[in-house]
Amino acid sequence: MIDVTAPPQPETAATALRKRRGLDRRHIPVLATLALLALMYGIGVGNYDNFSDTQVLLNVFVDNAFLLVVAAGMTFVILTGGIDLSVGAVVALTTVVAATLLNAGWPALVVLPLVLLIGTTLGLGMGVVIHYFKVEPFIATLAGMFLARGLSLLINRNSIPITDPFWTSMAQERIRFGPGVFISTSVVIALVVLLAGAFVLAYTRFGRTVYAIGGSADSALLMGLPVGRTRIAVYTISGFCSALGGVLLSFYMLSGYSLHAQGMELDAIAAVVIGGVILTGGSGYLFGTVLGVLVLGLIQTIITFQGTLSSWWTKIVIGILLFAFIVLQRLVTRRNR
Amino acid sequence: MTTIVRHRLFWPAAVLVVLLVSNVFFSPRFFTITLQDGHLYGSLIDVLRSATPLALVALGMTMVIATGGIDLSVGSVMAISGAVSCLIIGDLSDQNSVGGVLLAVGAAIVLALVLGVWNGVLVSVIGIQPIIATLILMVAGRGIAQLLTDGQIINVESAPFRVIGAGYALAIPVSVIIVAVVVAVSVLLIRRSALGVLVEAVGASPTASRLAGIRARGLTIGAYVFAAVCAAIAGLIFASNVRSADSNAAGNLIELDAILAVVIGGTALTGGRFSIAGSVLGAVLISALDITTITVGVPAETTLLFKAVVVVILCLSQSAAFRAAVFRRRRTAPVTPAAEVPA
Repeated sequence: MIDVTAPPQPETAATALRKRRGLDRRHIPVLATLALLALMYGIGVGNYDNFSDTQVLLNVFVDNAFLLVVAAGMTFVILTGGIDLSVGAVVALTTVVAATLLNAGWPALVVLPLVLLIGTTLGLGMGVVIHYFKVEPFIATLAGMFLARGLSLLINRNSIPITDPFWTSMAQERIRFGPGVFISTSVVIALVVLLAGAFVLAYTRFGRTVYAIGGSADSALLMGLPVGRTRIAVYTISGFCSALGGVLLSFYMLSGYSLHAQGMELDAIAAVVIGGVILTGGSGYLFGTVLGVLVLGLIQTIITFQGTLSSWWTKIVIGILLFAFIVLQRLVTRRNR
Repeated sequence: MTTIVRHRLFWPAAVLVVLLVSNVFFSPRFFTITLQDGHLYGSLIDVLRSATPLALVALGMTMVIATGGIDLSVGSVMAISGAVSCLIIGDLSDQNSVGGVLLAVGAAIVLALVLGVWNGVLVSVIGIQPIIATLILMVAGRGIAQLLTDGQIINVESAPFRVIGAGYALAIPVSVIIVAVVVAVSVLLIRRSALGVLVEAVGASPTASRLAGIRARGLTIGAYVFAAVCAAIAGLIFASNVRSADSNAAGNLIELDAILAVVIGGTALTGGRFSIAGSVLGAVLISALDITTITVGVPAETTLLFKAVVVVILCLSQSAAFRAAVFRRRRTAPVTPAAEVPA
């Protein structure tokens, strides 16, 4: 139902816009996602009581702050035409290392930079292997995934509770806009990351190089762009975002567990795809990724509100949405040529 | 001697032998195979038996990777095939009827054909990147399997079905025989006809092969169908072995192990030349690795770390850039690098 009704609407809207001020087709996937999001929200509000509460929408952000950050890193990688399978494992490793060190009495302000550094270093390592040794991103990051998940299992196979005062205060701190309307600090952090990421992609030389590599790495090289440096940098950014996502997840869960974030790489990739980022690279927006994460979050919310729907419907719906959006992307890119 | 060392399966085979031999220090009877009640028992048989689902999945994955693709959905196909067969058997009035079990097996395989066509069409007709095209079925497929079984684990008590994964024929485990037959038939079909060469051509350069008059589209769809059918048989073996359909556990993360097995076997992920024997060897190696960690008594969690190290080493040794860098540093007197790199 969704895949039939959603795409045509934004297409007509886009054609009208294009006539007015020459809007290009690159915006169509994002507009489609926006329309889908509005449609889903409308369905939710129409069918369930209390769905229209502002807090329901804000909770989607609260519950998915870590995914927003991880998906932002993934967007950089996918924009260059690569892929990063290690994000979920790096998230898990971050939570485990943070929990272990905090329990060993390390101060939070040492642990925080340290875990971020570990994730960033892992990303850097994968980037170096991918660029210098021409190993496929898929395999290099798969090895990174085994490595990070293996390390976290090695450190501790059980769930470790976090009782550090800084962590608990970050977990419980609420920024209130009114009675019963609030967001967590994690959401603020995620929004800062997203704004910074969007700024870098749109307005810096580095950001334009990311798009150029995704468009055609060979052309980018011939244009004299720093392809190697940029390619390594996007995996480093993704590693950093995964580590930060891990920190946010440990705020959310208040525990470190080697089985946290199982399959999160798929959620992140799905969010990026639904958000209209073209998987071969070179086209898409961070804003689309945000919409993609919100779509995933809203599916969960609707299924929770429905109550009678089983959790596996989430997977099936995500699969259908993936299919619809990828086919839409194919149509858009094909007509472009 | 140098020809043996230079054979592309030398290193994986050497690692396998080292792994197996190292077991003897921890379990002296490791290599002993005994005949009890007409069945072969022993750790080596265990290695083979536990390798069977992975070997099948890796076999299918090899053909997909040879066309330059990848199939992430094999684990979900395993789950679906287990769910369908157990559902049908569970509904039989007599679970022990051979006809009913054959019907269940047939239904699972037919469904796999459909799923394979779906993947293949997405990749070769619509032109979606293989990783993403199969990601759809990977995510949705597990949901479908859970939908079929209603999220429950469906237990079956069917003697004929049990034979597939746990039975013995001529003292050899039936699952091992099934895999051996499938591998043998595939090798005959693929290597004794032009099929293998055509697939390699498609993987090496889709454009060039199309210009040469090869029907790349059909071959690609065929590869995905083959992979799905292999995964379905693996799913049947798994379900039969645990006497139930467990939609969460069946084939969980097996796509990664299968890709690893294919890479260990010397098939490059970029497509083109492939080695079926290598992939089967890779699957046995991974199974031996798992069994070894149990025998040696290392905590199971280090298996993942070990795998990571193996993947890194194998990938780097496959990377021409890495070999060139190493050779350049090692030899101060420049020898022509082309002569140093074995073909």
